[in-house]
Amino acid sequence: MKNFAYVRANSVEDAISRTTNDRQAMFIAGGTNLVDRLKVFLDEPSQLVDVSRLEMKQIERTNEGGLKIGALVTNTDLANHIEVRRNYPLLSRAILAGASQQIRNMATVGGNLMQRTRCPYYYDTAFPCNKRQLNTGCPAATGINRIHAILGASESCVAVNPSDMSVAMAALDATVEVQGMQGKREIPLIDFHRLPGNTPDRDTNLEPGELITAVILPPLSFAKSGVYLKLRDRASYAFALVSVATALEVAGEQIKNARVALGGVAHKPWRAMEAEEFLIGKAANNKSNFEQAAEIALKDAKTLAHNGFKVELSKRAIRRALTVSAQGGGIV
Amino acid sequence: MIKLKINGQFKTLDVEPRVTLLDALRENLGLTGSKKGCDHGQCGACTVLIDGQRAYSCLTLAVMQEDKEITTIEDLAKGDDLHPVQTAFLKNDGFQCGYCTPGQICASLALLDEVKNGSVSYVTADLNNPPTLASLSETEIKERMSGNLCRCSAYNGIVAAVQQAAGQTPPSPAASIEHSQAG
Ligand SMILES: Cc1cc2nc3c(=O)[nH]c(=O)nc-3n(C[C@H](O)[C@H](O)[C@H](O)COP(=O)(O)OP(=O)(O)OC[C@H]3O[C@@H](n4cnc5c(N)ncnc54)[C@H](O)[C@@H]3O)c2cc1C
Ligand code: FES
Ligand code: FES
Repeated sequence: MKNFAYVRANSVEDAISRTTNDRQAMFIAGGTNLVDRLKVFLDEPSQLVDVSRLEMKQIERTNEGGLKIGALVTNTDLANHIEVRRNYPLLSRAILAGASQQIRNMATVGGNLMQRTRCPYYYDTAFPCNKRQLNTGCPAATGINRIHAILGASESCVAVNPSDMSVAMAALDATVEVQGMQGKREIPLIDFHRLPGNTPDRDTNLEPGELITAVILPPLSFAKSGVYLKLRDRASYAFALVSVATALEVAGEQIKNARVALGGVAHKPWRAMEAEEFLIGKAANNKSNFEQAAEIALKDAKTLAHNGFKVELSKRAIRRALTVSAQGGGIV
Repeated sequence: MIKLKINGQFKTLDVEPRVTLLDALRENLGLTGSKKGCDHGQCGACTVLIDGQRAYSCLTLAVMQEDKEITTIEDLAKGDDLHPVQTAFLKNDGFQCGYCTPGQICASLALLDEVKNGSVSYVTADLNNPPTLASLSETEIKERMSGNLCRCSAYNGIVAAVQQAAGQTPPSPAASIEHSQAG
């Protein structure tokens, strides 16, 4: 990796002003994604602004009865937090499905939201890549694209977002709190990451200089029915080919409310809102309703040469996860 | 100049910000117990403990770990007295070539603490009822050790070593041979 200056931010304001004044500066938190990228020359910052010693390590209850999670809470601490385990089990399960214990111990909430794609062409500077440098081309579109997107991709980029945590947060209506020189603002998690369009170089709507300070989870009465199902090439320590987060509110046998979000299929965590709306008012004990919801969620899927299997895999994953959510949730 | 606290001793070293903790340990401090398998967080050979928690030393910069308590494999045995987790690896054939072993042992040590502290894993059936050392299943051990690969594939022995270190009675290695012959 190229050398860089290293500074330890002494406050949020200090961190923000350093990256605002120097556009080549980057934040580092757990380092588990950025150090890896630095090693293969994907990023060549002038300075690293270490935010890992700032506050923002708390998980607090909000006045509304939800949770405010500091951006520096580790993935391990968030997954093990008693309220998260009890009230948002799909978030615990999604985080625990990701990476390994060693990585989760270091990884932070902010860093997890900002981790970049694992597309092998993006990772290998011997290939052109629109995400690395605009208008150079997308070798994945015509290359080996087994792990690539089936929803929301564009001609310029078919990469997927690799985060498990974000998929659960998308299903839970989370909001991302960010702070820049102009102050704080909140971005709904489902609008935080972007579709590639013709600007795949930008993964998120975070502006240069802005720091993620927290993620806010609203209370969600039926989040206990939450399920996270991750399908991958090996049983553990592998990124998702397809993952799904679901939750259902069921009264009697009727579905009152539903959440369905997919991972591993798009440039962002994919909330299947149309499928959710379809489920409302339907019978929870009729599996054809789940089959139809899965069809709706995947109806706009577009496949590449090697990733066609992801469509059927996603449908089956949705059906299975919804079936478990309808029974009140738990392990799949 | 940076100051690291490694195995209870302060060390001052002159390294650039881009030097990883793993390289600082191996190249600057001569602590070659921690291994470099992949250098990308994909194998676990470089596992050390930072403030008691397991971490990949290849994915963090040395400068970021100033003032933290870093424990490496070199700190486990006291003279000729092996740490119980080391003994468990020896007794249960928890390795072949030994390259992944320092990482496996550091990871196992942390795993035992995590279980004592009630931590959950992806395969924990009830997230509100984490396993104890006594009830820790083979599936739990495999999931919790998945961040350490072994190219010699000594996995059965590694699981048995963790079982022994957790106070359980691991199956005898001969049992699995008989089993595979029967199957
Ligand atoms: C082998 C391996 C396997 C993995 N498997 C999985 C998996 O299965 N599922 C999964 O979800 N993840 C997986 N990961 C990725 C892992 O979850 C991320 O590396 C981690 O979450 C990143 O967090 P961090 O704090 O270490 O980020 P860092 O590496 O410190 O930073 C990542 C990026 O975020 C930026 N950043 C950090 N904090 C902030 C902030 N507060 N505000 C704004 N920007 C910020 C940095 O500038 C950088 O660009 C894997 C990683 C590895 C190496
Ligand atoms: S060398 Fe660090 S994980 Fe492989
Ligand atoms: S013992 Fe050889 S790699 Fe594990």
